[in-house]
Amino acid sequence: MTTRNFGAPITRNEDARLLSGQALFVDDVELPGMLHAAFLRSNVAHARIRSIDVAAARTRPGVVAVYTAADLGAYWVPGPLLVPPPPIAGITFNQRTQVPLAKDKVRHVGEPLAVVLADSRYVAEDALADIGVELDPLPAVVDLEKALNDTGARVHEDVRGNIAAHVRQCRGNYATARSRAEHLVARRFLYDHGASSPIETRGIVANWDGRANQLTIWDTTQAPVFLRNGLAGMLGLSERQVRVIAPFVGGGFGPKIMLFYPEEVVIPWVAMKHNRPVKWIEDRLEHFFATTQERGQTHDAEMALSRDGQILGIKDTFLHDTGAYNPYGLTVPINSQCTLLGPYVVPHYDSTFTAVFTNKPIVTPYRGAGRQHGVFVIERLLDLAARELGIDRAEIRRKNFIPADAFPYNNEIIYQDFTALEYDSGNYEPILDKALGMIDYRKFLAEEQPQLRAQGRNVGIGIACYVEGTGIGPYEGAKVQVQANGKVSVATGIGTQGQGHFTSFAQIAADQVGVDVRDVDVVTGDTDQFYWGAGTFASRGAVVAGNAVNEAAKVVRQKILRLAAEHFECAEEDLEIADGAVSVVGVPGQSVKLGALALKANPMRGAVRPGTEPGLESTQYFGPPRGATASGVHAMIVEVDSQTFMLKVLKYVVVHDCGTIINPLILAGQIHGGVAQGIGNAFYEHLVFDDQGQLLNASLADYLLPSALEVPRMDIAHTVTASPLNPLGIKGAGEAGAIPVGPLFAQAIEDALGLADQKIELLEIPLSPNRLFELTTKPR
Amino acid sequence: MHEVTVTVNGAQHRRTVESRMLLSDFLRHDLLLAGTHVGCEHGVCGACTVIFDGVAVRSCLMLAAQADGHAIMTVEGLAADRDHLHPLQEAMRDCHGLQCGYCTPGILMTMKCFLDETPAPDEAQIREALSGNLCRCTGYQHIVDAMMLAAERLRS
Repeated sequence: MTTRNFGAPITRNEDARLLSGQALFVDDVELPGMLHAAFLRSNVAHARIRSIDVAAARTRPGVVAVYTAADLGAYWVPGPLLVPPPPIAGITFNQRTQVPLAKDKVRHVGEPLAVVLADSRYVAEDALADIGVELDPLPAVVDLEKALNDTGARVHEDVRGNIAAHVRQCRGNYATARSRAEHLVARRFLYDHGASSPIETRGIVANWDGRANQLTIWDTTQAPVFLRNGLAGMLGLSERQVRVIAPFVGGGFGPKIMLFYPEEVVIPWVAMKHNRPVKWIEDRLEHFFATTQERGQTHDAEMALSRDGQILGIKDTFLHDTGAYNPYGLTVPINSQCTLLGPYVVPHYDSTFTAVFTNKPIVTPYRGAGRQHGVFVIERLLDLAARELGIDRAEIRRKNFIPADAFPYNNEIIYQDFTALEYDSGNYEPILDKALGMIDYRKFLAEEQPQLRAQGRNVGIGIACYVEGTGIGPYEGAKVQVQANGKVSVATGIGTQGQGHFTSFAQIAADQVGVDVRDVDVVTGDTDQFYWGAGTFASRGAVVAGNAVNEAAKVVRQKILRLAAEHFECAEEDLEIADGAVSVVGVPGQSVKLGALALKANPMRGAVRPGTEPGLESTQYFGPPRGATASGVHAMIVEVDSQTFMLKVLKYVVVHDCGTIINPLILAGQIHGGVAQGIGNAFYEHLVFDDQGQLLNASLADYLLPSALEVPRMDIAHTVTASPLNPLGIKGAGEAGAIPVGPLFAQAIEDALGLADQKIELLEIPLSPNRLFELTTKPR
Repeated sequence: MHEVTVTVNGAQHRRTVESRMLLSDFLRHDLLLAGTHVGCEHGVCGACTVIFDGVAVRSCLMLAAQADGHAIMTVEGLAADRDHLHPLQEAMRDCHGLQCGYCTPGILMTMKCFLDETPAPDEAQIREALSGNLCRCTGYQHIVDAMMLAAERLRS
């Protein structure tokens, strides 16, 4: 190998196409005779459907068809449960999944009632206004605590108390810890997440080719393989008759992993029925209701400590808003429950949650996937304990870290991947030390803060730690193939939404096969290019698919060497692969190009040895035994205007450990983007529902995504603790940046405004200038 | 219906459009210049930004009929030819200024106008100019770096 690509900050293979407007996104698919769909959606959160009259809409010029649930016949079935509950003893789980078009009842604003097909989207939307709908509104289930009181409304008539799930997980015996405690900290915490808001909304194009008996679907999905499998089953086709293509996708962040959205079920069905291509593209207003989101949890948590700040145990009871349906099972609240433990030794843990149905959009994972909620609780508890015990905020964290020699470290509860929550590797103190050094923690507290305060400036510092379970199973696969032109093709089943897979996977393959990284063509998200896989979620693409690429490329390397050894009539050990050719070491001129070997590996005539496989190609799979645990520390210095409560981040530091690094440029981008979303969640974005389940700020003018003015410059550093769970030693990094920002903001703002002296605590996220004004001026 | 004659990236197009046809839809679906993206259709996200008679505008807030007799540049017209990238595009690639790439065409068009007017910007000016374009992937830092680099390269 001449150059090593793995670990190098290589610019991306995919960028030229994206930068010149030549990349294909779903809405760019144009097909002859294509129809356009629009959905009529409920404008109330909870109602019985008395009637839907589509007669007038059907007669509008340009309208081809209008369908309601009644027209779907036997095709109308609730969606599958995507993630069954983990094997935890004694749990309650009530499965209620979304339906293609609402029948009898609507359960959240935006639930689709009817679909119009027309010659253009403009006409399809015109026809929505022609549809007459009679709804009998019911009281909306909005507040989590009131929802449990079974005297009120039920989202699903047969589910008492709107209880979607009830789960208790314990480690040790919290009562013992509490009885030994020298200090207790107990508070109620509220953590609300938000809408992932990729700049590209969702969309789907379905094309049924009756002559070929083939259905082709372009979809903004993070899980093309499972979309194909599910749709084939629903439509009575075999998987080979359905091709799902997730082309370039304009950001996902979780909600595009949700499967069998109503539109994904309805559009292929109407395309087959009309034997014409059909396109539906979600608009931004629809995105706020029709795409899944993450929302709130209410935690009542208590931490038992020794006088010197050692955690003895934690008890936590929380409510989780799951929305109108729960197709994604328990992933989000289980992540909250598990990730609360953080990088700390918590010998006794007693955690119980109740997931609650509400008349609001469905909750499924959004970047962080519930981890934020748990991290907020433990980080705030530690802040409060430190203050009450007179211990430094950084030191109480250090004191409780899992020691570097304690890995693998088993937390003795079950994680979202159904295995024990066992951290594979980690070394937390160097991360903290590096972050404290980069933010100059001691100097800020001892010198800068007193000086700036003397000038009347409200500056504060925050420091927050977290772990993230990443790279979970079950498995991914990859096919690596040397082409006759000497280029190397890599295909994998996961989809890509901007993570740079066209480059990072090319780096892995290029090193094994000995070609330039620009000569590796990566294909993701096309089920005709790679048949198997699970999808892009849980910070797992690089870990699971990346290792599959590595395994396949290693086999191709062996095949190259074997064939070249035959070609040169020499030993494999005498060969080297570099720059797209195999050469005999020390014999100038004895060299053959990989493309020529690929041709040789597929002879047109003659006989081959029994057992010969054609081509220089291999398909391999990788499945880790459990997820790899990444970790990090964020630190921030913030200044708050005491009149307007607007804030300015003066310095932001991230130190992160995600094992070995494939491409530091791409990794930095992932962290920057995660932090930006974390900042949005902490201080700018808030889904505001009224007591009737109406979202009051469903536009980008009112739901505030951070701009270049709100996101500060970040200083990033890494430590490397390789994962022993995969040959490349990598851990996922996609979600990490977003996870600890909430507690960091709460802590730093408290410090900046000196709220501890006023006995004011920030126990909720999101904060905002308005909310800070309310919290700091409330009557006491 | 309206007859419109519009010059896009130097080529003249003549079409008949409905009064209500958005300029963004016209560019994407009538002229098949799908490089201009649509993110919100209410003028906030900036993904659909094009250069209209030399000024960066949101094509989702204009009608195709308003473009009659005007000249538009879209992302497809930024580079001199298909084998090369414009210095702005090169800098975005070199600094990893894009991830999913969906907001990127709008950012390129906004910043093309900005750098034409402000050839030697500081970081604060770049962030101010960029603040009307939302990016959900990058956290903006690498875009800002790319614009500093592009400005430097364009000056020399």
